[in-house]
Amino acid sequence: MGLAIGGMQLNNELVIIGAGPAGLSAAKEAAKFGVKVLVLDENDRPGGQLFTQTHKFFGSKEHSAGIRGFQIGNRLLEDIKKSDVEISLNTTVYGIFPDKTVMFSVLNEKIQNLQAKNILIATGGLEKPIMFKGWTLPGIMGAGAAQTMMNVFRVLPGKRALMIGTGNVGLIVSYQLKQAGCEVIGVLDVMPKISGYKVHASKIRRAAIPILVSHTIKEAKGNQSVESAVITKVDNSCREIDSNEFEVECDLICIAAGLQPFNELCWALKMEMEYIGVLGGFVPVHNDNMQTSIKDIFVAGDLAGVEEASTAMEEGKLAGIASAKNLGYLSEKEFNNKKSEIIERLNQLRLGSFGIEREKAKKILLNSCNF
Amino acid sequence: MVKKLDKIPNDSETGVLTIERLRQTPGFPDEKDLENGLIAVIECDEDIPCNPCESICPNAAIKVGNPITNLPVLNFSKCSGCLKCLGICPGLCIFAINKNYNNDKSLIYIPYEYYPLPKKDMIVRALDRKGNYVCDAVVLKVLKPLKKQNSGLVGIIIPKEYFNIVRNFEF
Repeated sequence: MGLAIGGMQLNNELVIIGAGPAGLSAAKEAAKFGVKVLVLDENDRPGGQLFTQTHKFFGSKEHSAGIRGFQIGNRLLEDIKKSDVEISLNTTVYGIFPDKTVMFSVLNEKIQNLQAKNILIATGGLEKPIMFKGWTLPGIMGAGAAQTMMNVFRVLPGKRALMIGTGNVGLIVSYQLKQAGCEVIGVLDVMPKISGYKVHASKIRRAAIPILVSHTIKEAKGNQSVESAVITKVDNSCREIDSNEFEVECDLICIAAGLQPFNELCWALKMEMEYIGVLGGFVPVHNDNMQTSIKDIFVAGDLAGVEEASTAMEEGKLAGIASAKNLGYLSEKEFNNKKSEIIERLNQLRLGSFGIEREKAKKILLNSCNF
Repeated sequence: MVKKLDKIPNDSETGVLTIERLRQTPGFPDEKDLENGLIAVIECDEDIPCNPCESICPNAAIKVGNPITNLPVLNFSKCSGCLKCLGICPGLCIFAINKNYNNDKSLIYIPYEYYPLPKKDMIVRALDRKGNYVCDAVVLKVLKPLKKQNSGLVGIIIPKEYFNIVRNFEF
């Protein structure tokens, strides 16, 4: 691995945008077969959200189950270091053209172009905001932002936290806030039932953190920063019940309302897109090789439908070998063998009552794909 | 202004499993399984694709099988109480219990991921599945997190009547 800032090659076989779980897995896989890979990431360190994840991953041995996210990230970086993959950090991609010119700048300096043969866009997901009175006060942030502050930068984002949302992110970050020494006064969800795994909820319930379903935040109050939250009960149609309103002190409100695909580069490329709610919003249409409607441009990970890091890594590998085949490094037969192994592991991760909806959504995407 | 948000009953919707529900799951022991020394107690009640407990068990006592979303089935007669599954479970939903630690006490191992870890012989406050105080407990053993069994494990001694109630502690 070399940091390519300054001396960037002008002809690259596979250029990957995003050094998260999907991008790095793709890079590792493609490089294994001889593809010259360059990974661009706007952050100052590689790994994406893997390094914010201090919890153990689910899945099987093949998915590194039982290993913590940051440990998986370290392993991946070790492997990348041993390979010929180049990573350019602090590198923002502003646009891609259908002829596979990538326009970027390093440290926001001079805009440069590079030419790629294949491109993988693996830009991940963006946290969805929810809006309420006072929502712009300091101390109100995405749950992912709080997680980054704690687990990457070792800064406690608050002392008394209120979490909005009971998906896995909301439940996990509540637990991690408690681990970091923050008092979590409660976790709210507008729905009558938690939406994440019960085991994550059990962990925080037995740590005496209350979960209030059928409740939502109405207002955040405070002068310089958030000092309290007004919470209200809602009925089965999510309508506020004003008589059940109360105010609670807190200096941190985390929003865990889900993620959406970070798809701006795809829109700018005029890629075919499809709105699929289960996958977080507008997703680039892709075939079962992660190829988009634009020839030689691939997608993987949360951008290709918000799921989780384990699926992102498998999709990345798939895109990696698809590009290797595309560039002539893998025969049809070798590719199909590898692909069926990856598909098998992906299918496993999409089983069960949580995975089945994503599996169906991915099928809808495939069916709407005419290339 | 309210100080605490803890008076709202919604346990079944928020991950607090009842004993009745747990008894219907294949990893939860019944009374007779608990008579013979330390065994794992699996409180897993959801079809999550996950099987590291099966892979790590040295006695093949845990079976998830195919599909990977099956609930883990624990063969209690094969379980040696080695604690490996407690350390690897990503859901932290496996405990280990020796109901008859002595005449009137039980021993329960709890996966514990907070620092500092307690010290041996320390008196801690044992909590139930909702984080409510149940009784005082004495720390018998503290196992630091290992590379492959990634969570700390703490064994605490509690009065026997609480062996199916206590699932956490604080100090």
